[in-house]
Amino acid sequence: MPILEISNLSVDFRTVGGQFRAVDGVSMAVEPGEIVSIVGESGSGKSVSMLALMGLLPWTATITADRMMFDGRDLLTISPRERRRIIGNDLAMIFQEPMSSLNPCYTVGWQIGEVLKVHLGLNKRARRDRTVELLELVGIPSAAERLDTFPHQMSGGMNQRVMIAMAIACNPKLLIADEPTTALDVTIQAQILDLLAKLQRETGMALVLITHDMGVVAETANRVSVQYAGQKVEEQPVSELFADPHHPYTAALLSALPERATTRRLPSIAGVVPGQYDRPAGCLFSPRCSFVTERCVDKAPVTQGEAAGYALCHYPLSHGKPVGHPGPAAILDRRLSA
Amino acid sequence: MFGFILRRLGLLIPTFIGVSLVAFFFIRLLPGDPVLLLAGERGISPERYAELMHRFGFDLPLWKQFIYYFGDLMHGDFGTSISTKKPIFTEFFTLFPATLELSICAVIFAVVLGVPAGVIAAVKRNSWFDHTAMATALVGYSMPIFWWALLLIIVFSGTLGWTPVSGRISLMFFFPKVTGFMLIDSLLSGKAGAFQSAASHLILPTIVLGTIPLAVIARQTRSAMLEVLGEDYIRTARAKGLSPFRVVAVHALRNALIPVITTIGLQIGVLMAGAILTETIFSWPGVGKWMVDSIFRRDYPAVQGGLVLIALIVMGVNLVVDMLYGLVNPKIRHQR
Ligand SMILES: Nc1ncnc2c1ncn2[C@@H]1O[C@H](COP(=O)(O)OP(=O)(O)O)[C@@H](O)[C@H]1O
Ligand code: SF4
Ligand SMILES: [Mg+2]
Repeated sequence: MPILEISNLSVDFRTVGGQFRAVDGVSMAVEPGEIVSIVGESGSGKSVSMLALMGLLPWTATITADRMMFDGRDLLTISPRERRRIIGNDLAMIFQEPMSSLNPCYTVGWQIGEVLKVHLGLNKRARRDRTVELLELVGIPSAAERLDTFPHQMSGGMNQRVMIAMAIACNPKLLIADEPTTALDVTIQAQILDLLAKLQRETGMALVLITHDMGVVAETANRVSVQYAGQKVEEQPVSELFADPHHPYTAALLSALPERATTRRLPSIAGVVPGQYDRPAGCLFSPRCSFVTERCVDKAPVTQGEAAGYALCHYPLSHGKPVGHPGPAAILDRRLSA
Repeated sequence: MFGFILRRLGLLIPTFIGVSLVAFFFIRLLPGDPVLLLAGERGISPERYAELMHRFGFDLPLWKQFIYYFGDLMHGDFGTSISTKKPIFTEFFTLFPATLELSICAVIFAVVLGVPAGVIAAVKRNSWFDHTAMATALVGYSMPIFWWALLLIIVFSGTLGWTPVSGRISLMFFFPKVTGFMLIDSLLSGKAGAFQSAASHLILPTIVLGTIPLAVIARQTRSAMLEVLGEDYIRTARAKGLSPFRVVAVHALRNALIPVITTIGLQIGVLMAGAILTETIFSWPGVGKWMVDSIFRRDYPAVQGGLVLIALIVMGVNLVVDMLYGLVNPKIRHQR
């Protein structure tokens, strides 16, 4: 049974410009002990979908879903109090900006200890011992002396380690890591990812890893979910995805990835993710897709079956060939007119 | 931290010189003659007048007067009042506890009401509470102190008869001065009803003096809180599964208080100015009222000495506030 099961999750924001759908019908399931990666360019709704799960979105957000289950609990109907017992405990999350994610007014030891007090009710002595243990676990040298340091006295990498220590303090069943390395130096990025992979192996927790880094996806994840403009456009086990991407967006991401990449960041495809005011009518990827036809522009595609990687496309690729595509003559050159 | 204090003390020197200059010339710019005012309506003979002018040193050239005055200041001599013949320093610090007691009450009043009001307004942003509180704060901030004091006196002392109009305590009570704080001394005296009397005398002056700081603190707390509530570490605190109360009271408030403490420090100077008006209206026997009386008497030494002492106190309080700021803000503490 999956530890996390989301079906048809949508998030709408009330903004001055009207309703804006940041997440649009996303489904995903995570098995215990599994590493699922979510990739997609900035603005694809990766963070928002996970924050919806955590109940951390502002009041301007409206969340709808057919199903949102975590560890046998229905997150859609759960009371705020019940949810607070789960998050930070069985379900934890770390964020992109380690330097601003810790409270500048409190020591790191105190901030980790707070989780232990609130969820596990540990006394002062036990909190201290466990905090030192956690800091050692995340590879912070001379952990006992670090208890009384403030976040601004440490580097971004060290702060992210503290965030990780805080997140795993109660042995979560699922850890969501939202681009945990994006804000860090390249040399530190690998260390933090190795740490997350190591902790995942040792504790057997499930991990949802949001990342820009295709190299990280290849090395760490079991399964990949590709998100674009709030929609999940493809989902496959990692080796299958790299071998045979079914959605043109995934294919473009992978083909733009240099063989021996100097930068392992998400490669760039011409154009940007549509925002609130420029959402196309049919397929959301149509302004940037090299297979786009009249049909793509007019009609939104539906999700394909598992064999086609759940691709959200009228002509899912099979070994690079768009299945059912009317041929090169039907392709619109929208990128020039746009 | 130590180096920081030294640097701040160093900055005080030019400020001190500036204040002494301003205090000296301010009172001499006002028309009127201290000796004539001292003589009163009975008048004074030209010989006696010359003698007094000479005794007080007012016959000397202005620059010489300033040199003497400043030299005395450097020796810690704040001069002697020409109307009471008492040293300014003694006179000032006999009256100062009354001003301090009123100021402390006003600050407590402003903080105790202003901080929670600002926090609730920020947390319940755009609610009726937010709108009401902020509109009230704006009114409180813009209201002339004099008018506000009279309004309160008319309603609470006049119509309702709840509070006394002037003074620090009812004349019925007489007891030795121990701390100079009426609330404490009245308790120490053990006389029944003395404390109640002292407290009731404090209510209106406290409200009047505390209104502007209250408005400023409430608005500042709200805006600081709004900013802090949008920070990443607040999201982290919520992701830890903490209760909304804990998120606000433990994680947000501490950070929001950092700018608020600066504001409170800046309000001390405003408070001193307000004390002068408030004490005059309520016949509160503090340094504010004494300053006004001295100005009317053109008591040059009293005014210039009093102004310098007030400035020294304001500077001292600001220094303490700055150190307090370092205590709540670890980032500052480690920079220094
Ligand atoms: N609080 C909010 N109010 C309005 N729009 C938001 C809010 N948070 C995020 N969005 C919008 O939702 C979209 C998805 O954001 P996000 O999930 O952060 O993307 P990413 O995939 O980079 O994590 C973006 O267009 C963003 O502007
Ligand atoms: S539906 Fe059409 S435009 Fe959209 S991804 Fe598929 S081929 Fe491209
Ligand atoms: Mg994001």
